[in-house]
Amino acid sequence: MKLNRRVFIGAAGAAAASLQAPAVLGAGKPRVVVIGGGAGGATAARYIAKDSKGAIDVTLVEPSRTYYTCFFSNLYIGGFQELSDIGHSYGTLAANYGINVVHDWAVGVDRDTKLVSLAGGAKLPYDKLVLSPGIDFVDGAVEGWDLSAQNKMPHAYKAGSQTELLKAQINAMPEGGSFCMVAPPNPYRCPPGPYERVSMVAHVLKSVNPTAKIIVADPKPKFSKMGLFQEGWGNHYEGMVDWIGEDFGGGNVSVNPDAMTVTIDGEETKVDACNVIPAMKAGRIAEMAGVTDGNWAPVNAADMSSKADPDIYVLGDASQQGDMPKSGFSANSQAKVCANAVRGALTGSKVFPAKFSNTCWSLISTDDGVKVGATYEATAEKIAKVDGFISQTGETAELRKATYEESVGWYAGITSDMFG
Amino acid sequence: MLAAAGCAAMAQAAEELGDAEAGKKVFNECKGCHQVGPGAENRVGPHLNGLFGRVAGSLEGFRYSKSFRRAGNSGLEWHADSLSDFLKNPRSVASGTRMSYRGLKDETKRADLIAYLRLFSDSPSDIPEADPTAIGTDHGLDPGILALQGDPEYGAYLSSECTTCHQAEGGDEGIPSIVYWPEEDFVVALHAYKNKQRNHPVMQMIAGRLSNEEIAALAAYFEDPE
Ligand SMILES: Cc1cc2nc3c(=O)[nH]c(=O)nc-3n(C[C@H](O)[C@H](O)[C@H](O)COP(=O)(O)OP(=O)(O)OC[C@H]3O[C@@H](n4cnc5c(N)ncnc54)[C@H](O)[C@@H]3O)c2cc1C
Repeated sequence: MKLNRRVFIGAAGAAAASLQAPAVLGAGKPRVVVIGGGAGGATAARYIAKDSKGAIDVTLVEPSRTYYTCFFSNLYIGGFQELSDIGHSYGTLAANYGINVVHDWAVGVDRDTKLVSLAGGAKLPYDKLVLSPGIDFVDGAVEGWDLSAQNKMPHAYKAGSQTELLKAQINAMPEGGSFCMVAPPNPYRCPPGPYERVSMVAHVLKSVNPTAKIIVADPKPKFSKMGLFQEGWGNHYEGMVDWIGEDFGGGNVSVNPDAMTVTIDGEETKVDACNVIPAMKAGRIAEMAGVTDGNWAPVNAADMSSKADPDIYVLGDASQQGDMPKSGFSANSQAKVCANAVRGALTGSKVFPAKFSNTCWSLISTDDGVKVGATYEATAEKIAKVDGFISQTGETAELRKATYEESVGWYAGITSDMFG
Repeated sequence: MLAAAGCAAMAQAAEELGDAEAGKKVFNECKGCHQVGPGAENRVGPHLNGLFGRVAGSLEGFRYSKSFRRAGNSGLEWHADSLSDFLKNPRSVASGTRMSYRGLKDETKRADLIAYLRLFSDSPSDIPEADPTAIGTDHGLDPGILALQGDPEYGAYLSSECTTCHQAEGGDEGIPSIVYWPEEDFVVALHAYKNKQRNHPVMQMIAGRLSNEEIAALAAYFEDPE
């Protein structure tokens, strides 16, 4: 009973439509619970519901009513998108696909009784459970920083109010002030993400605060699309970006959020805005469900099922699958393989072989887009890279513009693939 | 490495299509009556932007000859092959056309001119998808490949890899729409990527690992996704 009420609350504006939706809870249909309504979870829920045509009862658990995509959140910082452009609601998934959208946190998974408990007290039974909770941060990863400091030194690595805050802090920097990014160690979500962000921050500062400086303290010796970004920073933002890699002590960092100082390799600097992106791990619920090994949840490449429990699937950033980068594109790709397998297991529908792909676009400056991508296959041991490509340095302005336009098309494509 | 391979593929495709640079010179013969490119307008003859895929005699605001409108009504559309026939001998295609041009007999020049006009038809220019810019039926694909019957159910599953970028609803900003394509066009286009005759790295990669059966399955599905 309680669950039913929640469903209607969750469906919000779509309540009237979901009254007519065919899904009836507990009518003996197989039940799938999906935790996390992001790139992996929303896609999986939509495909399972869509392709099973009502034969499977799908519940999606997601605390937020509006999902702000991390992808394109850097473009919001750069002034190329409004925050509202990257916000998506779950109305269509509830109304048109009959998915029970429950806006709550999952706080526990009992694998013996196959029950998910929610913060609001409800318990959801499942036959198959899909986890796509994204990331959380590793405690103590950056000396001096913890979550309580996120309003002074935002991570902005989960999109929404954090991104808004970071943008505001950048815009409020004094003339000639300093912006510092503490970049994360591998593996983390969106390998080119921090560097696209540096580009977007530089783009903003160049127009409103051209004597400002950008410092990047990086624990890595090199990073994704490094040649392309460095070429772009030289072309568009000459002298603005100081990237301090591992070799120069970029990994030896502590911060003091109250004093707004950053100490890199023993040298303390006062900064005006500071973006701390700590080391990452699977979203906490994966660990609570007991499917993690170390920071991530190992999965079987053929169907994304957990190595710890055949009735649990782990998608996207939280999973440890092999060669795919942690990206929205990857999570969406994995979700479709998983949906096909889950449907096959529960309804006997045909299961086709897994196919995975990824492409990550990044924007360096106005109309200067680059991309990197690869295709992957499932082997016994992992998701293995088959073939790939990357944009080249020195490409023509027309090609870079077309690449950017393509990314805009991709954004429209993937968000409608996720949310209907 | 990759860039070099890409250029080679582009050069090869351009060869089949004719040389647009050379075609620009050939176009000097047409300039008296036709405009093409940004801001082109109708003059003595209609402007030639977006010509490929256009139904003959269909441009709003231009007064065509009766003969031309009739040709359009009976299905004449501008593609590489029909343009080539027309340019070779305009009156053979529309006997009453007012275009007073004796025709361009040199096949290479015709191909060059068509390649040049094609620059103003496809958008975005790096994505030469089927209809507006297809190079007639001269694709050299093994008839056995074209004859494969695809399994639409398998195609539906495989299509989920496409819809991450190509909108299932058919939107086409930045990335072209691929729904409701004629099956054969779809097969031809994907094989052209697979064989690197079409020049787009993402599509070359995706098509490169699709088997002939998988391409047939996708074509069968996308022809009628319902
Ligand atoms: C700045 C930035 C730029 C990026 N750019 C790109 C890009 O251009 N292209 C690209 O492909 N990727 C990009 N990414 C990466 C992409 O956003 C992630 O890889 C992707 O979102 C991962 O999907 P997911 O489903 O694993 O997690 P998410 O999309 O983060 O979804 C997880 C969801 O689970 C919910 N959740 C967590 N815990 C619980 C719980 N206990 N109960 C219920 N719900 C829970 C969360 O609220 C969240 O909505 C970018 C990331 C960042 C930070």
